[in-house]
Amino acid sequence: MTRRSEWSEDDAKRIIAAHAREGLFVVLTALNDAFGYLPKDAIGLVARALNLSRAEVHGVATFYHDFRENAPGRHVLKLCGAEACQSMGAETLAAQVTRELGIGFGETTPDEAITLERVYCLGLCACAPAALLDETPHARLDSNAISALIAGARE
Amino acid sequence: MKRRVFVSRDACAIAVGANRVAAAIGEAASRAALDVEIVRTGSRGLYWLEPLVEVATRAGRVAYGPIAPGDVPGLFACGFLDGGRHLRAVGPTDSIPWLKRQTRLTFARCGITDPLSLDDYRAHAGTKGLSRALTLGSEEIVKEVARSGLRGRGGAGFPTGIKWNTAAEAGGDIKYVVCNADEGDSGTFADRMLMEGDPFLLIEGMTIAGLAIGATKGVIYCRSEYPHAIATMKAAIARAGDANLLGARIAGSQYNFDIEVVSGAGSYVCGEETALLESVEGKRGQVRAKPPLPAHAGLFGKPTVVNNVLTFAAAAWVLAEGADEYRALGYGRSRGTMPIQLAGNLKYPGLFETPFGVTLGELIDDVAGGTASGRAVRAVQAGGPLGAYFPRALFDTPYDYEAFTAKDGLIGHGGLVGFDDTVDMARQARFAMEFCALESCGKCTPCRLGSVRGMEVIDRIVQGENRAANATLLKELCETLKFGSLCALGGFTPYPVMSALNHFPEDFGLAREAVEV
Repeated sequence: MTRRSEWSEDDAKRIIAAHAREGLFVVLTALNDAFGYLPKDAIGLVARALNLSRAEVHGVATFYHDFRENAPGRHVLKLCGAEACQSMGAETLAAQVTRELGIGFGETTPDEAITLERVYCLGLCACAPAALLDETPHARLDSNAISALIAGARE
Repeated sequence: MKRRVFVSRDACAIAVGANRVAAAIGEAASRAALDVEIVRTGSRGLYWLEPLVEVATRAGRVAYGPIAPGDVPGLFACGFLDGGRHLRAVGPTDSIPWLKRQTRLTFARCGITDPLSLDDYRAHAGTKGLSRALTLGSEEIVKEVARSGLRGRGGAGFPTGIKWNTAAEAGGDIKYVVCNADEGDSGTFADRMLMEGDPFLLIEGMTIAGLAIGATKGVIYCRSEYPHAIATMKAAIARAGDANLLGARIAGSQYNFDIEVVSGAGSYVCGEETALLESVEGKRGQVRAKPPLPAHAGLFGKPTVVNNVLTFAAAAWVLAEGADEYRALGYGRSRGTMPIQLAGNLKYPGLFETPFGVTLGELIDDVAGGTASGRAVRAVQAGGPLGAYFPRALFDTPYDYEAFTAKDGLIGHGGLVGFDDTVDMARQARFAMEFCALESCGKCTPCRLGSVRGMEVIDRIVQGENRAANATLLKELCETLKFGSLCALGGFTPYPVMSALNHFPEDFGLAREAVEV
């Protein structure tokens, strides 16, 4: 499981101060890494600290797929949907995963165990289909392997 | 006697169990009180054999693969530490035909050395290019790279020597060397493999570029989907700094050079060089209009060389071994070697570095051995999500920038993705438009809106609504995208769409004559 903390304004301020000199993108990355998402409150805090408008911060925060608007589950499963994985049955696998989890891409299971995300290429194309569970890569996935992966994450 | 066993630490090898295999070998060795050192190398790129286990014997390295943790007791029982016979034995690694057929210049060390050992790097000809560059000076380095015929390996194929010369001649005290490691194309993994398997080579190549253009600061922009590559590069940079290969007065010279790793945040378009520069500056990754060229006004408005990982790596080889050696290989105006990435539904997928000129058919049928599913190869997508789908009829096309362009395709970053005869090409065409819509930075209209309209038009064709008229509309829309977009995302999305339509009209419910111009 990825170590993420609950949103806290004080922690956020500390993180912003630590990275302020490295610029907006690095600050947002650090906050997203620490909390797993960028809550609305974070936008205002960053804007004030970096002397930017909220619109500027919002613009960058919403441009990048990695920056989430909502808190993710305890685990994030990124399933690859790009061409190399498609050629090895990624769509069938995606249908199975959404069925088993009962959620769509970009959503979190009600028990907050898993957030399912679409990713386009993990560079594991020679062993497709592939997925990233938190920071651990998994490849040559089939129906059984993905079920086991989901079950492991739910424990 | 200490025995050395080699298991890859490459992300793709880990994804199929390399860490568990290495742990099982370690445990079995300690249980049997054997003195075994497990060296975690990069990958050889023979991915269908991963997790690959190699053992150093008197006769060189002997390979076993693919190995599951459960195979480990059997390996010990058969005496694999002495190269013993086993069901999964593939013989001396250097004699594996797939590897033997290659000409490995850029990937010469990958899979052989410990990626984070500078001693290993030096023992295998590492830093030779930098040493020579330090004696040559800026002008001669640029000349050497220009003479090698090296072209940008990111996809555009722009002559590297000309780019470096432009940045070298640009005025100003502050200049930057930026490495594009935002390898977003599906079916490509060479940058990742090199950063994880031979990171000092990228550091060396970027340092040489710094000397060439007079820059003291380098940035590697690596996609966030590559956590292993980012960690390996950061560790290698720290070690290079400790060994004075980076920092002030590098290698005892008068030059300073430092490298910083910047992680992306999941945007495909940031692989476009100007969007990448915007992102490094902390902004939305929106494409800039050119001119000005980055070589004149790039990062923070300063003269900047932006090259792909493989370009810097090849440049280091050119400096080490000489431009003539490099340009002696190749085909037409494509000189040297290309690390071709065989991926998707192929029997023997992996990294195959070879001089330009090999035909697509040789790569797919002979090297990759056809599909993994055992069915017929129907199409090959060359060059990532913006590359054309090639039917078997075009398999005689030589691997060369110009030859692929002549067939309305591109070699791009060197990826080839195989599809068997179950593929629905209309669906692939729709996906190309969908991907463009999803990843468009939104700056130019043809890309932002054209991609969405493209999805709708393809849907109408597939549903049988005015098929011929909508096919004509799709062609016109693709022309608009091709000529009206600011960058390759909108500009090249027509390649997969039009190639699918032209070569596989039956999948759109169209007769072949209906689409022929």
